[in-house]
Amino acid sequence: MASTDPAAAEPAANEPPARGRSDRSPWNWLLVVPVVVPLLTFLFNDDEPRLAGFPAFYWLQFAFIPLGVACTLLVHRMTRKRG
Amino acid sequence: MTEMIVFGALFLLVSGMGFVAARWRRPDTMHSLDEWGLGGRSFGSWITWFLIGGDLYTAYTFVAVPALVFGTGAAGFYAVPYTIVVYPLVFLVLIRLWSVSHVHGFVTPADFVRARFGSPTLALAVAVTGIVATMPYIALQLVGIEAVLKTMGVNGHWPIVIAFAILAAYTYQSGLRAPALIAFVKDVLIYLVIIVAVLYIPTRLGGWGDIFDSAQAQFAKTPNPSDGILLDGTNQLNYAMLALGSALALFLYPHSVTGVLASKNRDVIKRNMAALPAYSFVLGLIALLGLMAISAGVKPVVTDGKPDTNTVVPLLFDRMFPDWFAGVAYAAVGIGALVPAAIMSIAAANLFTRNIYKEYIRRDATEKQEATVSKLVSLVVKVGAVACILLLDPEFSIDLQLIGGVIILQTLPSVALGLVTRWFHRGALVAGWAAGLAAGLWLLYETPNTAKGKAHFGSSAFRLSDLGLDTKMTVYAGMLALAVNLAVAVVGTVVCKAAKLADGEDATRPGDYLADENDPKVKDLELASST
Repeated sequence: MASTDPAAAEPAANEPPARGRSDRSPWNWLLVVPVVVPLLTFLFNDDEPRLAGFPAFYWLQFAFIPLGVACTLLVHRMTRKRG
Repeated sequence: MTEMIVFGALFLLVSGMGFVAARWRRPDTMHSLDEWGLGGRSFGSWITWFLIGGDLYTAYTFVAVPALVFGTGAAGFYAVPYTIVVYPLVFLVLIRLWSVSHVHGFVTPADFVRARFGSPTLALAVAVTGIVATMPYIALQLVGIEAVLKTMGVNGHWPIVIAFAILAAYTYQSGLRAPALIAFVKDVLIYLVIIVAVLYIPTRLGGWGDIFDSAQAQFAKTPNPSDGILLDGTNQLNYAMLALGSALALFLYPHSVTGVLASKNRDVIKRNMAALPAYSFVLGLIALLGLMAISAGVKPVVTDGKPDTNTVVPLLFDRMFPDWFAGVAYAAVGIGALVPAAIMSIAAANLFTRNIYKEYIRRDATEKQEATVSKLVSLVVKVGAVACILLLDPEFSIDLQLIGGVIILQTLPSVALGLVTRWFHRGALVAGWAAGLAAGLWLLYETPNTAKGKAHFGSSAFRLSDLGLDTKMTVYAGMLALAVNLAVAVVGTVVCKAAKLADGEDATRPGDYLADENDPKVKDLELASST
C-alpha cells in the first residue's frame, strides 16, 4: 500500500487522481442556499401574508422544498460528467 | 371492528411480501453481507427512493411530529426545514462515502473510519455509538404501533410481540430486500392517507384559515408562553439549531448509511437527493395534522393517569374517517414502523459483525460467517427493542432516543469530516468524541421538563441561562456538544502533531472518493494494520 503522509490532506501528490476526476465545482456553492435559507427564522416567522389560509411561517417553509429541489437539480445537471 | 379487519389484512399482506422478498432480484447466494445486508448494492433510483424514504420517515415520525405540533405548535414544524437542509449536505459529502465504500467494500461507517484513520479504537467508538443510538430508535417504532393499537382499543403487549416476531423472521430470511419491497406498500398507503386527510379534514373544520386561528386561540389559553402557531424570541435559535443538528445527525445514523450504500451508483444517489424532498412535503402536511387535532378538539388517550399525545393523530383519523379508511390509515402507520425497524436492525447487526465480531472476536471470519452472525444479531436487536418497550417505561425509550440523536452527532468529525479531510489526528478524534459525549449527556441531564414534571432529560432544548448567559434563549444540546467535540479535536490534532505522536495510516486514496459503478474495486482489502 502506498503510504500517505498524514499531514497532507488531499489531494495527495503521490497518487494520480482517477482519470482527472474532481467533485469540485463553483456550482456547488449554490447548495448553500437550501442549507442556509430554511434556518433563517427571521425571514419567515410571520403570520401575514397568508396564502390559502396558511400563515407565512408555514407556506414559506413549504416553498423552500421546491427551492431546495431546484438548486439540487441545477447543480446535478451542471456538474454531471459528459459522455 | 372494520378498522381492525382492514388493519389486520394489510398487515398480513406485507408480512407475506417480506418472506417472498428473498426471491426478488434473486442473488446467487444470500450468504454475504453485501447480499443480505445491502441488497447486493444494486438498487436503482426508484427502489432507493422508496427505501431511503421508508427509512427516514418512520412511524415514529408520523406519530411524534404531529404530537409535538399538537403540544407546542410552530416549534414542532422544525421537521420541515430539517429535511430540506439534509439533502444538499448528502449530495456534497455522503456521496463520497458511497464511492469509497464501493471501492473498499465497506458496509458500515465504522469500516470507513477504520481504514481512513487506521484506528480500531476510533472505529469501535463509532460502531458502539451507532448501535446505542439505533436501539432506542427501533424501540420507538413500537411506540408508533402501540399508539395505533391503543386507539383501536387493543391493550396489552401481545400484538406487538407477534408483529415483531414476524418482522424478525422475514428480516432474517430476506435481509434488506424485505424492507425495500415493503416500502412500496408503505408509501402508497401513506401518500393515499395524507392526501385524503389534507383535502378532506379541512372541509370538516371550516378551512385552513380556521384551523390555524382556532389552534392559536387554544395555545393562547395555555400557561406555556412559547407555544403558538409562530415561534417567539426564546425558541428561534433552538428551532434553527435543532433543524441543522438533526440534519447532520440523520445521515450519521447507521440505517441511513445502509440505505445509501445499497444504491448502485453515484447518479442514483444524486438523483434521489433531488427527489427525496417529496417526502418533506408529506411530512409537513403530517405535522399540520397536529393543528387539525387541536382544532377538532381531540383529547389524547389517557393511560394510567398520563395523557399519551402520540394518540392524537390516530384519534383524529378515527373521528374524521369512516371505519374502513381509518383502518387503512392505521395500517399505514403500522407498516411504516416495520420498514425502518427492519433496516435499523440490519444496520446495527452489520456494525456488530464488522466492527466488533470481525475486529475483536474472529478476525478470519468468512463472508458466510459474517452473514450468519449478522442475521442472528438482527434477531437479538429486535428482542432487545421489544424488551425495552415491555420492561421499561416508554417514556424512557423517548429519553434514550433524545440522547441517541445527540450522541450520534459526535461521530460527525470522524465520519463526515473524515470524508473531506484527513487532517485530524486519530487520538484527537477519540478525545473529541469522548468530550462531546460527556458534554451532551451533561447538557441533557441538566434540562428539566416542567410540563411533564421531570427534573432531568426533559428535552433537547438547553437553556443558555444555565451557562450563565443573560438570555432566555434555548439551543439544541447536540450542537453545543458537537462544538465541544470539534474544539477538542482541533486542539488535540494540533497538540498531537506538535508532539509527533504516531498517527494511523490512511488506506484510502483521493481517487477512491470519486469512484463510480464500473470502477475497479479493491478486493480482499488488507486494512492498514495499527496499534
